[in-house]
Amino acid sequence: MSDVAERVKKIVVEHLGVEESKVTENASFIDDLGADSLDTVELVMAFEEEFGVEIPDDAAEKILTVKDAIEFIEKNSK
Amino acid sequence: MFDLTEKTVLVTGASGGIGAEIAKTLHARGAVVGLSGTRKEALDALAVTLGDRVHVLPCNLGSAEDVEQLIPAATEAMGGIDILVNNAGLTRDGLILRMKDEDWDQVIAVNLSAAFRLCRAVAKPMMKKRAGRIINITSIVGHTGNPGQANYCASKGGMTAMSKSLAQELASRGITVNCVAPGFIETAMTDKLSDDQKAKLNAGIPAGRMGTPEDIAAAVVFLASDESAYITGQTLHVNGGMAMI
Repeated sequence: MSDVAERVKKIVVEHLGVEESKVTENASFIDDLGADSLDTVELVMAFEEEFGVEIPDDAAEKILTVKDAIEFIEKNSK
Repeated sequence: MFDLTEKTVLVTGASGGIGAEIAKTLHARGAVVGLSGTRKEALDALAVTLGDRVHVLPCNLGSAEDVEQLIPAATEAMGGIDILVNNAGLTRDGLILRMKDEDWDQVIAVNLSAAFRLCRAVAKPMMKKRAGRIINITSIVGHTGNPGQANYCASKGGMTAMSKSLAQELASRGITVNCVAPGFIETAMTDKLSDDQKAKLNAGIPAGRMGTPEDIAAAVVFLASDESAYITGQTLHVNGGMAMI
């Protein structure tokens, strides 16, 4: 597992208070991990901070799963 | 009770009668206060009377660009914003048949759109902090309407509904959003009324008198305090009983 994936999962575990085993790459924040819409905004904010990337609103809307987040960050972080 | 020591507060419209009193009262409770307004001289004068724990942050709320700068400037000056008081408001009265587009637009821009932008800007840091207070100063006429003030009433009614929406969005993050709705308050505006006019007004107020800026400020202190944590999306009417809604 890549370094980005590790860090993304750590943020998700901390922020949503879910068990690490549930945070699989295909897990949906809302459907599988119990996030509400505000949680997803906060997750995006946390990713931005952790990785120093800017995630525009239209991109943020498409980040629905753990994998989506990892892929976006791997593509866009320096 | 109602201790605000070390809390940081931004008050818009702090050069006006009610805004200045809100700033003074919050300051007296221990808060660090950011004074915003268009009249820098009045803000500076108020800052001098308050002494320490004060920052002057002039801003023209009619300009969207200026508004965008205010929260970053206040955050830098005070290290954060725990409490936002959207108090600034202006009137451009006229019957609807005579009301110009610019009278409508200006009132909506300053009273409602600026408040929206400031709420949006503080929401993020407050969410992160899991705490915050937003207090919007509305008006009784935002609930009852008032002839000659379609623009003002719409802006205040809009603010009330916006506050309820934000309250629902942000409640789970420890942020409360409430309104204080003054009735008739003694200010420079009401000083111009004749004794006869005042007597007529007072006859419609069960308390038999106009309110004072202190009456409004006391309600703001309560809603700004930790003790009001379970109150959100509400309007506290401060009007001597002239409307019970």
